[in-house]
Amino acid sequence: MPVEYIPRTRELYKSYSPYRWVVNPDAPPWTPLAKPIARCKVALMSSGGILYRDQPRFHREDASYRLIPKDATQADLDIWHFGYRTADAQADHNCVFPLARMRELEADGTIGELADPAYSFMGGIYSARKVREELAPRIADELKKARIDAFYLVPA
Amino acid sequence: MGLIARVVEAAGIPTLCMTSALDITRAVNPPRAVFLNFPLGHQTGKPHDPDLQRSIVRDAMRAFATIARPGTVVELPYVWDPDDRGWEETDYTGDFLPPRPEKEVADRAEAERRARFDRAR
Repeated sequence: MPVEYIPRTRELYKSYSPYRWVVNPDAPPWTPLAKPIARCKVALMSSGGILYRDQPRFHREDASYRLIPKDATQADLDIWHFGYRTADAQADHNCVFPLARMRELEADGTIGELADPAYSFMGGIYSARKVREELAPRIADELKKARIDAFYLVPA
Repeated sequence: MGLIARVVEAAGIPTLCMTSALDITRAVNPPRAVFLNFPLGHQTGKPHDPDLQRSIVRDAMRAFATIARPGTVVELPYVWDPDDRGWEETDYTGDFLPPRPEKEVADRAEAERRARFDRAR
């Protein structure tokens, strides 16, 4: 049985006032894929707190994001996040930020193109409003300017 | 993740969310999701297992084409550990959350990282 994270989070954070989870009973927005994924320019984003080289780390309630060059290697990357066990992702960022795998899928033609850069933020943001009204519209603008055909989001 | 996916999708770009937290994803209800039943921090696989990671990410890319109904969550068949079917019982409980590093410790780690790349320039 998959872990039920909502009740377990309530238990883990019981010394805080209860977190109000976002519930969207309405149908999600929908944009059909305009062409086969093998011809799409695909952008990758992780909420795992990935940092490139000397980029500044994230802080509490930080709704900023970092741009990660698509050719970044393991040695270029670090992680700053307090909400999950980061050891495995530190050892191999592809656990939560599959940049190397996406490059391979670009090379073998599974996707048309991997967009440069990829995107990273720190997913431990308590304010859903901040995510919806600050972070998400900025990301959407970036993706539109970059003429992205499909957006792949990987949480941590 | 689902919050961002909904905003981006509404702006006209198709999205797909990876997830390992099925109940949270069903509540947030993003347009397309692919569920991998692994512990948090491994949403695209285990460390140093590129074949597994590639297979998971390839399945996710396929789901872009196969998901036709908004709000669909595709469940992948991978098993975290065939010898430990009970990790779901104990994970994300008790002392799961790592202690937050002291500011001084974090500052020092950051300074060291930045210095490393200053030297590389």
